[in-house]
Amino acid sequence: MEAYLDSLNNVQSIRYFIPELILVAFAVGVIIFDLLGRQESNKRAAHLSLVGLAVTLIAILLVGAVDRSLFLGMIQLDSFAVFFKVIILITTAVTILFSMGSEELDPRTRGEYYALLLAVTLGMFLMASSTHLLMIYLSIETVSLASYILAGFLTHSPRSSEAAFKYIIYGAVASGTMLFGISLIFGLTGTGDVMQVSNALAEISSSGGGDYQLAVLVSIIFVLAGVGYKIASVPFHMWSPDVYEGAPIPITAFLSVASKSAGFALFIRLFYTGFRSTNVLESVDWPLLLAVLAALTMTVGNLAALPQQNVKRLLAYSSIAHGGYLLMGGVLLTAEGIQAILFYLIIYLFMNLGAFFVVILIAEQIGSETIDGYRGLVTRAPLVAISMGIFLFSLTGIPPLSGFIGKWLLFKAVLTKEFYWLAIIGLLNSVVSLYYYVRIVKAMFLDTSDELNPVSFSLGNRALLVVFVVPTIVLGLYWGPVYELSKASLGKILG
Amino acid sequence: MFLSLMIFIPLVGMVVVLLIPRDQEELARKVTLGITLIPLLLAVILFIQYDRSALELQFEFESVWIKAFDINYHIGINGISVTLLLLTALLGPICVLASWRNIEKGVKAYLALFLLLETGMIGFFCAQDLFLFYVFFEVTLLPMYFLIGIWGGPRREYAAIKFFLYTLFGGVLMLIAIIAVYIKGGTFDIPKLIELANQEGHPLADRTFQIWAFLGFFIGFAVKVPIFPFHTWLPDAHVEAPTAISVILAGVLLKMGTYGLFLINFAMLPKGMDLFCNGEGRWGSALAILGFVNIVYGSLCALAQKDFKKLVAYSSIAHMGFVILGLAARNESGLNGAILQMFNHGVISAMLFLLVGVVYDRAHHREIGGFGGLGSQMPIYTGITTVAFMASLGLPGLSGFVGEALSLLGAYSKFPTLTILSTIGIVVGAAYFLWTLQRVFLGQLNPKYADMPEINHREIVTLVPLGILTIVLGIWPSFAIDMFYQAVKVLIVP
Repeated sequence: MEAYLDSLNNVQSIRYFIPELILVAFAVGVIIFDLLGRQESNKRAAHLSLVGLAVTLIAILLVGAVDRSLFLGMIQLDSFAVFFKVIILITTAVTILFSMGSEELDPRTRGEYYALLLAVTLGMFLMASSTHLLMIYLSIETVSLASYILAGFLTHSPRSSEAAFKYIIYGAVASGTMLFGISLIFGLTGTGDVMQVSNALAEISSSGGGDYQLAVLVSIIFVLAGVGYKIASVPFHMWSPDVYEGAPIPITAFLSVASKSAGFALFIRLFYTGFRSTNVLESVDWPLLLAVLAALTMTVGNLAALPQQNVKRLLAYSSIAHGGYLLMGGVLLTAEGIQAILFYLIIYLFMNLGAFFVVILIAEQIGSETIDGYRGLVTRAPLVAISMGIFLFSLTGIPPLSGFIGKWLLFKAVLTKEFYWLAIIGLLNSVVSLYYYVRIVKAMFLDTSDELNPVSFSLGNRALLVVFVVPTIVLGLYWGPVYELSKASLGKILG
Repeated sequence: MFLSLMIFIPLVGMVVVLLIPRDQEELARKVTLGITLIPLLLAVILFIQYDRSALELQFEFESVWIKAFDINYHIGINGISVTLLLLTALLGPICVLASWRNIEKGVKAYLALFLLLETGMIGFFCAQDLFLFYVFFEVTLLPMYFLIGIWGGPRREYAAIKFFLYTLFGGVLMLIAIIAVYIKGGTFDIPKLIELANQEGHPLADRTFQIWAFLGFFIGFAVKVPIFPFHTWLPDAHVEAPTAISVILAGVLLKMGTYGLFLINFAMLPKGMDLFCNGEGRWGSALAILGFVNIVYGSLCALAQKDFKKLVAYSSIAHMGFVILGLAARNESGLNGAILQMFNHGVISAMLFLLVGVVYDRAHHREIGGFGGLGSQMPIYTGITTVAFMASLGLPGLSGFVGEALSLLGAYSKFPTLTILSTIGIVVGAAYFLWTLQRVFLGQLNPKYADMPEINHREIVTLVPLGILTIVLGIWPSFAIDMFYQAVKVLIVP
C-alpha cells in the first residue's frame, strides 16, 4: 500500500505528465494556427488536432502506467487511468473525423471548436486519474465548461442554444451540490485525498459512527449527484435527451461515449477507493441503493426511448439505458464488476459511435433525423443500412455481435453476487430495447421509400464505417484478448 | 470436423451467394440448392455411419474458443440430435425448391439469409457447449425476423416483430439460467454439467437451484415449442411467412424448443424436471397438463379456422402437445414416442405447409370455404394432400400414428386421466382435417378455379420425399427409433 502511495512532488511529476502537457500545447497551438490563417485553415485545424492526439497517444503509451501518485497525491497514473485515457482519446479523434465532414458546423469557427475539444479531452484525462477531491471537482468543471460551449456551437440553431442553456443549469446545480458534498467530507475527515478519506471514514465507522452517520450519508449522496449527472443516471439524467438532440451530432456522439466513460472512471475510483469502507452506514445498503439506481436508469431510458421519432433523441435515451447497464457492474464492488464495465465501454465505443456516425451520414445526405428518413435505406445505401442494423442489434445485445458479450459479462458479474432481480430487470430491458431499435431496422429494411435514387457516400466515410463494423462483429466472436486487456487495466484500483 | 463442415458450409455458401451478380437470380437459386444438398449428403452419411448401439457422443470435436471462461467450440451428436439434423438437412433443399418461383424481390438476400438460418439450426443441434448453444439459438432469430418481415404477407411487420420479441424474451430468461448454471458448475461443457448435476452434493444438484434453473430454461424453450400460453406468436408468424419459411418454422424451429427440453431440462436438471412431472404434489402434473392443453386447445382452435394456413399452424400446436405429453411421462414409450413425434411432425407439417403454398400460389387466397371440388381438377394434388392429412390425423399405417400412439401409451401409465382427455384432440383433429378435405376437394368444382393448373414437377419433387418418409415410418418406425433408442434410455425415470 505504501509503495502505491509514494507520491512524487511537482517537479518529479512533470515527466509523467507529458501527455497532458502535449495536449495543452496543441490546444493552444490550434487557436494560434487558426488566428494566423483564418480563411484557408478550414480543415487544417482539424488535422493539427489529430496530429496532437496522435502525439499524445504515443506519449501516453511511452510513459505507460507507472503506478505512481503525481503532484503530491493529486492524480494517479495507473493502468486504470491509461485505459480510460486511450478510450477518451480515441473518441475525441473519431469526433474530430466526424466533425470534419459535418456541414452543420460553421466553418469560420472551426479553430476554437477543435481547441475546445482538446480541452475537454484534457479535463477527461484528469477525471480518469484524479485521486484528490479538489482535483476531481476541478476536472469535472473543466469538462463541463467546455462541453457547454460545444453543445451550443450551432449558433444559428435555437435548439442548440437551448441545449447549452439546459446543460449549464443542470450542470451548475449538480456541481454545486457535489462541491457541497466535498466540503462536508473535508470537514468530516480533514483531508481531500481519496485514500485518506477512505481511511478516515473507516475510523469513523469503527468508532460506531455516532453523530456523523447522517453527515457522511448526505455528503456521499451529494458527491454521487455530481457523478450521476456525468453518467446521466436517474434522477440526474434530465439534461441528456435535450442536450443530445440540440447539440451538433458529433458532439452528441462524443458526450454519449467519452463523457460517460470519464464519468464511470471517476465513479469507480471514488466508490472503490474513497467510499469503499463506508460501513458507517449500517442502515444504508450501498449495493442495493446503486442497484436500484441502475434498474431505474435503464428502465427510464428504455421506456422513454420507445415513442421517439427522432433517431438522435432515441439514441440519447438508449445511451441513458446503457448507462444503467454499466452501472450494474458498479453496484457489486467486485473486480469482476469493474472489469465488465471496462469491457463494455470498449464495445460501446465502437457500436455507439458507429450508430451516431450513420446518423451523421444520413442527416447530411438525406437531410433527415427522423425514423421516416431511414425508409427503404437498404435499397438506396445497402452498406450504411446493413452497418446500422449491425450496430443496433449489437446495442440490443443479440449474439453473435459484441454487444451481447458486453452484456453477458455484466450480467454474469451481477449473478455471481446473486442479484437475481437486477439481472432479470436488466435482461427484460434488453427485450424492451429491441422494440425501439427494431423500429429503425424496420424502416431501413422492411419499409419502402418513395425516393429510390441511391445515396452515395465518400470512400473515406465508407472506410470509417467499416472500421466500426468490424470490431462490433469480431469482438462478438473472439474477445479473449480484449477481456485480458480489461483485466490488466484494473491495476491496483481495488488496493 | 465432419459436423463443422455441415455447420459452416451454408455460411460459406451465404458468402458465395452474396457474390453472385444481382441479375443472375436463377444462378443464385441453383447455387443455393447445390449448397443445401451438401449438408443433406453429409446428414445421410451421418445417418448411415452413426453407431446406434453406443451411448456416448459421436463425431465429437472440441477446440478452445475463449480460454478465460472455459468456453469451447465443442460439438457432437447423440441419437436425438442426429435425427433432427437429418430433418433439418432434408428440409433445406426442399425449402429452396419451394421458394423457386414465389420469391420475386431480393432473391439473393433471401437465399443468403436462408443459408444463415440453416447454419444456426444445424449448429444448434450439434452444440455441446452451453455458450455455443445459446449463440446458435439466437443466431436463428435475425434471419427469421428478416425472412418473415421482408418476404411475408400483408401483416408481416407485426408478425416478424412479435416473433422476435417473444423469442428474445424467452431467450433472456434462459440466459439467466445459463449464467447461473455456469457460476455453479464452473464450466459451459454440457456433458460435464450433466455429470455434475447428477452428482449428489454438488451445488448444481441442489434441488431449489434446479427448479429455478429449470423454469428459466423451460420458458426459453416453451416460447419456441410453443407451449400454451406462449404460443400466440405462432399463428401470426405462420400466416405471414412465405411458404418455405413456414416449413422451416414448423419443421425445425419448433423442434429446437423440444430438443432443448431434452438436452438441458431433462438431462441436466432432473430434480427440477421431477417436480413438474412426477405426478405427485401440487406441481406434479404441470408438464402433462401443459401438453394436454396444447393438444386440446390447439385442436379446437384449428377446428374454428377459416384460413387454411392458420388451421395447419394451430394443428402444429396440437401436435407439439403430444411431444410434451410423451416427455412428461419419462418412460420408454413416452420418450421414444415424443422424439419420433418431433421427427414426424417435422415431416408432416412441412408437407402441409407446402401443400397450402401450392394452392395459395394459384388462387392467391387461403380461405378454406373459398375452394370446393378441387379433387376433380387437381387429382395428384388431392392425392398427396390426403396422404398428408391422414398422416397428420393419426391414421394407422402412416407415421403420425406411431409417434402419437407411443406418446399416449407412455403417458397413460403415469397420467391416465389426462391421457384419456387428450384423445379428444385426436378426435377433433380427425374432424378438422376431414372437414377441410370435404370443403376443399369434394363437392361441386368452384367455377372460379375451373382452369386451375395441376401441381407441377418442382412442387411434386418437394413433396414426394416427405410423403415417402411418412409411409416408411408408418410401416417401419424402428427405422427412426433405432437412432435414438440408446440416447433415450439414460433419460428414463422408472
